[in-house]
Amino acid sequence: MTERLSDVTTGTNTEMPEEIAESRRTTEGTVYTVTGGDWDDVLADAVHDERIVMNLGPQHPSTHGVLRLILELEGETVTHARSVVGYLHTGIEKNVEYRNWVQGVTFVTRTDYLAPLHHEAAYCMATEKLLGITVPDRAQAIRVLLMELNRISSHLVALATGGMELGALTGMTSGFREREEVLHLLEHLTGLRMNHAFIRPGGLAQDLPSDSIEKINAFLKIMHKRLPDYDKLLTGQPIWRNRMAGVGYLPVDACLALGITGPILRSAGLAWDLRKIEPYCGYENYQFDVPTSNAADCFARYLLRLEEMHQSLRIIKQVVKSLPTGPVMVEDAKIAWPAQLTIGSDGMGNSLEHVRKIMGQSMESLIHHFKLVTEGFKVPAGQVYVPVESPRGELGYHVVSDGGTRPMRVHLREPSFINLQSMPAMCEGGMVADVIASVASIDPVMGGCDR
Amino acid sequence: MTEPGGEHSSADRAVEGLEKTNGAEAKAPIFAGKERKGLFGVSGSGDTSGFGGLRLPAHVAAPSERPFGGWFDEVADELFAAISDKGLPADTVQQVTVDRGEITFYLRPETLLEVARILRDTPSLRFELCSSVSGVDYGADVPQRLHSVTHLTSMTYRRRIRLEVAVDVENPHVPSLVEVYPTADWQERETWDMFGIIYDGHPGLTRILMPDDWDGHPQRKNYPLGGIPVEYKGAEIPPPDQRRSYS
Repeated sequence: MTERLSDVTTGTNTEMPEEIAESRRTTEGTVYTVTGGDWDDVLADAVHDERIVMNLGPQHPSTHGVLRLILELEGETVTHARSVVGYLHTGIEKNVEYRNWVQGVTFVTRTDYLAPLHHEAAYCMATEKLLGITVPDRAQAIRVLLMELNRISSHLVALATGGMELGALTGMTSGFREREEVLHLLEHLTGLRMNHAFIRPGGLAQDLPSDSIEKINAFLKIMHKRLPDYDKLLTGQPIWRNRMAGVGYLPVDACLALGITGPILRSAGLAWDLRKIEPYCGYENYQFDVPTSNAADCFARYLLRLEEMHQSLRIIKQVVKSLPTGPVMVEDAKIAWPAQLTIGSDGMGNSLEHVRKIMGQSMESLIHHFKLVTEGFKVPAGQVYVPVESPRGELGYHVVSDGGTRPMRVHLREPSFINLQSMPAMCEGGMVADVIASVASIDPVMGGCDR
Repeated sequence: MTEPGGEHSSADRAVEGLEKTNGAEAKAPIFAGKERKGLFGVSGSGDTSGFGGLRLPAHVAAPSERPFGGWFDEVADELFAAISDKGLPADTVQQVTVDRGEITFYLRPETLLEVARILRDTPSLRFELCSSVSGVDYGADVPQRLHSVTHLTSMTYRRRIRLEVAVDVENPHVPSLVEVYPTADWQERETWDMFGIIYDGHPGLTRILMPDDWDGHPQRKNYPLGGIPVEYKGAEIPPPDQRRSYS
């Protein structure tokens, strides 16, 4: 009888190989496939001054989405860092050029899947600016309400995934638990958890359901109770603080040069928030603060996101209190769909009673309805740039019309895409583990970055 | 159309015979749109409504006249003064358009970098932030169809302006802004990737969203969208680029 276990079981070779990390020789040097637990062997094998180029991602739980990082290391110190994007490119900008102006909303909402309502609002505001129309007050207030709810859910995911990447798994479970509250509320208000297409050029698809105020108040109560828990769970926790404080430093001049906006810019001390600077949708009517910090590090960004959620709750409270009555769509029948929507067997659709009514009363209104839905409205030629403050920074829509029923060009100035450029500035010279913390603090959403 | 110098023409000489006057050359209009015809895009069919013959000329961004209104005049004055101080040619700014409360400076491509430097560094202008760089393709039959559009933000004065340069598709060269605004790096790579505008002086102009070995520039208007027909409840829906277009 032999001593080897493999001979009596499945025949698997259980002897330790000489080299654990699989390697092959290439013209560029030895390439190792490190799978975990064998880092010491790779380091022992590498000559002291030999550079190691490490590929991280694009499918990796710590790169915050399908982001690929290429790190050049000396020991555990990162000497060069570059990111590779484009793995989630879906050609949304081009697709929008082949749909009418109303259909465009369903595309842009699918870009940044964590802040869909900011995309919808910005796209619709750009279309409305091209049309030269003003949206009713109630629609403006509801847009603010939805955007602030969305900001909370987006920041919660930033905390949750950031926590997961740094090993704080409880942060992840509680972050997603609270986000679920927001998504439930959004589902009640708009009909869908994500990809709402609820904000339309000219206003909203429909009014809020009748019991929304109670639902929002119940949500506010829950969030006021649960948000302080994050201070207990993470803010004072020494490991969390040590992983983040002083890491990913990016001062304000670097932010301006690299075009960084949002919480990263505010963590460097510049109180630049478009809701205050260039108020839109009636943000000037609400009381809220723009939190800033001078630390310019990952921990400051975490604290700012936490505080911004409290401020968003403050705004939501004021919106609910002062919600104006009236229509939620412009009265121009050449833009607003006359449709009344109901829940049909295959989702949201036209109310059959309404269809029966318009078919029975006027041929012209039926033709008009049909042409408005299939052909769409024409938008006067010209171009506009409309920025809004998304959870990640300045989200700008550069929309060009040639006078037709379809956009000529829709360009998204996506903060995820722009902000990712700061990754090398934050990471180079630091440790490998700090790269993860820095990328988490940039909070890129690759769906928005690659579009 | 009657040719100058031809039969029934009021000019008694052919075009070649006309003397050229110095500096009186008409400025080429900046086209920002393609010619559109027909309400339903039909041509040569039995459409009796008369709409089939409807033709609309391509949209041309109209030059604005002084006063532009608000702070636009102040920015324009400061910019023109700084341009002449720097010794740049007088026709650096080809056209100024104020539309929907936004001001656009149409520039000659070769002067873009210098103008951006002036806009960033002049204390009375201070456009510190380059918000966005994007390309626009106005369609195959439009002269100078590729436009590179830059949006600048002054955080000091809280102003936004737009710089636009138009280039031919055969010679799509625009100076890179990375030297002045490092944030333009990825955005110019994206515009190269999608529109094929070549940014001279860019530190590494490679594709960013499409794979490195991709052929063509997908967001040009003559690049097909692609797609397959879809069946829904028994009916076949053609791919989006083959559906009927109304404009």
